[in-house]
Amino acid sequence: MEMRHKILVLDDDADWLNLCNEMFAHLPSEPEIRTVVSGARALALLETEPFRLLVCDLKMPRMDGLQVLSIVRRRFPELRTVVLSGLEDEEFRSRAYALGVDLFWLKTDMQVNSQMFLDCIESLLGRDMEGGFRGIQSKSLMDIIQMECLSRSSTVLRITRGPLVAKLWIQNGELIDAETEGARGEAAFLRILAWKSGTFENLPAESGRERTITRPVNALLLESAQSIDETADSVEPGSIEQTAHRKTIWKLALLTREGAEFVIVVPPEGQGEIETMGTQPSEPLAKWARRAVETAKRLGERIEAGPLSHIAGHNLERQMLVLNRGNECFLVGWPPNVAAGPLLEKSKKLVSSWDS
Amino acid sequence: MGFLKRFFRSRAAVQQLPAGSVAVDRNGHVLTYTVSSAYPKELLRDIGQEVLSLFREARAAQMPLAEVSIHFASLHITARELRGGAIIFLFPQAAFSPITTRPRL
Repeated sequence: MEMRHKILVLDDDADWLNLCNEMFAHLPSEPEIRTVVSGARALALLETEPFRLLVCDLKMPRMDGLQVLSIVRRRFPELRTVVLSGLEDEEFRSRAYALGVDLFWLKTDMQVNSQMFLDCIESLLGRDMEGGFRGIQSKSLMDIIQMECLSRSSTVLRITRGPLVAKLWIQNGELIDAETEGARGEAAFLRILAWKSGTFENLPAESGRERTITRPVNALLLESAQSIDETADSVEPGSIEQTAHRKTIWKLALLTREGAEFVIVVPPEGQGEIETMGTQPSEPLAKWARRAVETAKRLGERIEAGPLSHIAGHNLERQMLVLNRGNECFLVGWPPNVAAGPLLEKSKKLVSSWDS
Repeated sequence: MGFLKRFFRSRAAVQQLPAGSVAVDRNGHVLTYTVSSAYPKELLRDIGQEVLSLFREARAAQMPLAEVSIHFASLHITARELRGGAIIFLFPQAAFSPITTRPRL
């Protein structure tokens, strides 16, 4: 028996809820529709029942739509979200998209173009059901993975190379797990990337798969490419010390080439050691960077300003930029004479190639 | 019941982002501001205190800062240190807002 998707519609206007109920009932996939009039009730329902899509109003008493979406984003990352609002203000549109909603639609637009809106809803409901066998590819594995990630798709990539079989789990454009021949996670992924040829097929996504890979796929691809190059170039197999030394030299060269003064990689408190490259005393600055990110995140949540992008600071001696990446943050120091405009892009570039 | 609801229904509202400037003293008290008076004062005070704590902790780390910017997806906060206090500029970001250049001392 085919499972019907569930849609949760949140709006404080009962008449509007009835209208949505009638409209969504005519969707081709015949989803099950539930309606609620408050954010608190919506969150309670989401905790108890699996929903595919949340359609949310913005302007509501007590808990507004942005607050609801901010909580939903953290607690139910796989839930598709649509904002259906009467607020014709670009600020709210950009804030909603900053919170990761899939679609922002004005109620007034819906009345004149309801079919397009329904098509969008149907598309959002069915995105993960499309999967299946999409054909054997004859491209490189790196190309396939990059395409899947760029298209933000969810799939399981099955790779066969003679007797060897591997699987990669991609969820919403992020590589979450890999498995081959007894290995799992990053180790398995790096091993698969070393395969020179093979065949690929796409299987339906497995949403419940446990995440074992947390680093961005691009960093892993770069690392793999570098490791393949190093293996090919090395005259004698390098020891661990040699590899570490080579990495240090490479990072210093990167730092010098970009013109940065220092980079400090700050893990969460109590989880690993601070890594410093450059001349600055790392401990107090790392502590400041960690506290600054915590402070900014707390403030952002309080004033509903969306996710933190970065923190910048300067004095007469230097400029600093704190970039938050996953669990850890990077503090990059620059001399004062570097133009402020491209500083963010330069820092991002430095950080993205740091682990490679 | 419907009649009573007309009078006692709670007002719907979405929290606006603050736009304008705020001056705070070294103790985090708001001295003056150009942000809309509809914006909650306690949130302005929170912004001031968190910004001051960033400056204070940077000083403790032997890296006193003259200016700090916090970039969120929907709001940019730029603060300049003023003798222990700060003047804070708040710029909401729209989807197509032009890229702002950072003011320098």
